Amino acid sequence: MSLLEVEDLRVTFTTEDGPVLAVKRMSFALESGEILALVGESGCGKSVTAMSIPRLLPTSGVEIEGAVRLGGRDLTALAERDLEALRGKEISVVFQEPMTSLNPAYTVGRQIVEVLRRHERLNSRKALDRAVELLELVGIPDARRRCDSYPHQLSGGMRQRVMIAIGVACNPKVLIADEPTTALDVTIQAGVLEVIANLRDTLGTAVVLITHDLGVVAKVADRVVVMYAGRSVEEAPVDSLFAAPQHPYTMGLIDALPSSALLRGTRRLEEIPGMVPPPTSDPDECEFAARCPRASARCTSARPALKVSEAEHRVACYHPGRKEVGRVS
Amino acid sequence: MGQFVVRRVLSSVVVLVLGSIVVFLGIRALPGDPALALAGESADPAVLAAIRRQYGLDQPWPIQYIHYVAQALQGNFGISTVDQIPVSQILAERIPVTLEIAFLAILVGILIGVPAGVISAVRQGKLADYVATGLGLVGLSVPHFWLGLLGIWIFAVHLRVLPASGFVGLAEDPVENLRRMVMPVLVLGTGLSAVLMRQSRSALLSQLSEDYVRTARAKGLPHRAQVRHALRNSLTTVTTVLGLQLGGLISGAVVTEQIFVIPGFGKLTVDAVLQRNYPVIEGVVLVTVSGYVVINLLVDLTYAWLNPRLRLTGGDS
Repeated sequence: MSLLEVEDLRVTFTTEDGPVLAVKRMSFALESGEILALVGESGCGKSVTAMSIPRLLPTSGVEIEGAVRLGGRDLTALAERDLEALRGKEISVVFQEPMTSLNPAYTVGRQIVEVLRRHERLNSRKALDRAVELLELVGIPDARRRCDSYPHQLSGGMRQRVMIAIGVACNPKVLIADEPTTALDVTIQAGVLEVIANLRDTLGTAVVLITHDLGVVAKVADRVVVMYAGRSVEEAPVDSLFAAPQHPYTMGLIDALPSSALLRGTRRLEEIPGMVPPPTSDPDECEFAARCPRASARCTSARPALKVSEAEHRVACYHPGRKEVGRVS
Repeated sequence: MGQFVVRRVLSSVVVLVLGSIVVFLGIRALPGDPALALAGESADPAVLAAIRRQYGLDQPWPIQYIHYVAQALQGNFGISTVDQIPVSQILAERIPVTLEIAFLAILVGILIGVPAGVISAVRQGKLADYVATGLGLVGLSVPHFWLGLLGIWIFAVHLRVLPASGFVGLAEDPVENLRRMVMPVLVLGTGLSAVLMRQSRSALLSQLSEDYVRTARAKGLPHRAQVRHALRNSLTTVTTVLGLQLGGLISGAVVTEQIFVIPGFGKLTVDAVLQRNYPVIEGVVLVTVSGYVVINLLVDLTYAWLNPRLRLTGGDS
């Protein structure tokens, strides 16, 4: 049994313009101590997938189907009260926006202490000592003094470290990091990713890392799930994914990296033609077909299932594999 | 923080000086001659001249102003032209009465308005929200004078539980004083609580959708604690509104004191204007301006306390 299992997850938002199928069918598993990256373009449903694990989506206008099991317990069946006891304790979240994710009116120390007192029942003195330890753990210098700082007195990178400190304060089993470095300067990104990787090594925290940046994936992830239009289209260990991507979409993403352009000896970045399909319908076809150079009649007549192509490597495509690429350039 | 306070106090002093000049000029720009008002339309020119000399009205304006400020700083606002009583003494009698009404009205406004706004926001779209918003709209739309008359008709004429008008000093008889305060305070407090209710509702609603509230939720904090996070940040808006409303409270007091025949600051103002009682008007307006300045200062200091980002200096960033 895996630590975290997401099975046939479907998330539908009710809007004035009709239902939005944000996540159409997602299944994946997270092992203890693993860093799993969820990758895809904006709007592919990766954040919604991640937020539906601790059920942090809005409480109204959302329908969640399928199962999310943590240590065998189905979280979708839990009442809000039980979820509250679990959030911050067993599953924590680091959000994309470090500038707005901390309360501007409270010191960072207080915001860390709050989660410790909620779940660990520490008295305020012990909680404060622990908060200082946590700030040191995420690499904030002069931690004791920083506890008295307000969020606006810290840089974006420092704030994100504070968010991570809050996230791991109660030693959770799973840390969900939703684009944790997207809002940060490139020079700061590496430091924050290192903190996340170190925490996995020292505390054994399993991480679901949501990102659209394959560079980030290559740096820290163990395994990758590539999402497209609310579904996973490819799932593989990170080395295998970069060495032998199977899905044409994954290949497109890798080719779009600046480093790939350098390898090809060109200054022009590859792009994937076309747009992500609108999340309003769920046709029985490969939804990438319209943008895919390999698309055949079969692709639009029935949706390909996620199948094992080689060891631990699964892909949902009728024409997988690097060798078939017939690039038109 | 200390430096911030000093800077704000200094700028308040500047506002006060400017305010006093405007007051001084404004009064003199009004049509009508105080000497005429005092001596009567058919007065002897010699009498008028004597009156002007006595009150310094024959001097050029800048001299009158300097004289006025010098006297005001010593607590001497001149002598009422109507009853020959020192203005400072009149103010000292009237201000506490209005301060009591205003203070109690603010208390009522806050105690009803803010909790109602919070409940309304937290239970958005539910029955409690509709009831609070509906009552808020009524409280906002009903004019003071009508509410006052309605109150007198119900509580004094029909139920005979409260006196219709009149005033008893707090020191003389505290119980009777409060009994007579009930209606004026409710009349003034209703409008204020309606405004505060609406503002705290919308401020809290907008704060509840902020990212940091989602963080609080992700930390496993119960709903009550999430609201507490948001409330702290919505109080800035509520403070602003309260500061602005206090101005309205002064004008509201004018009407309310007329209705309930309370010898307060508002009634004093109206009487003084009708009688062209320059020294009293100047005193009244100067006190009002000072009141505004002090309130604004308090509002700004409250901001800094509520919102650490405003403590521009003295931080360690």
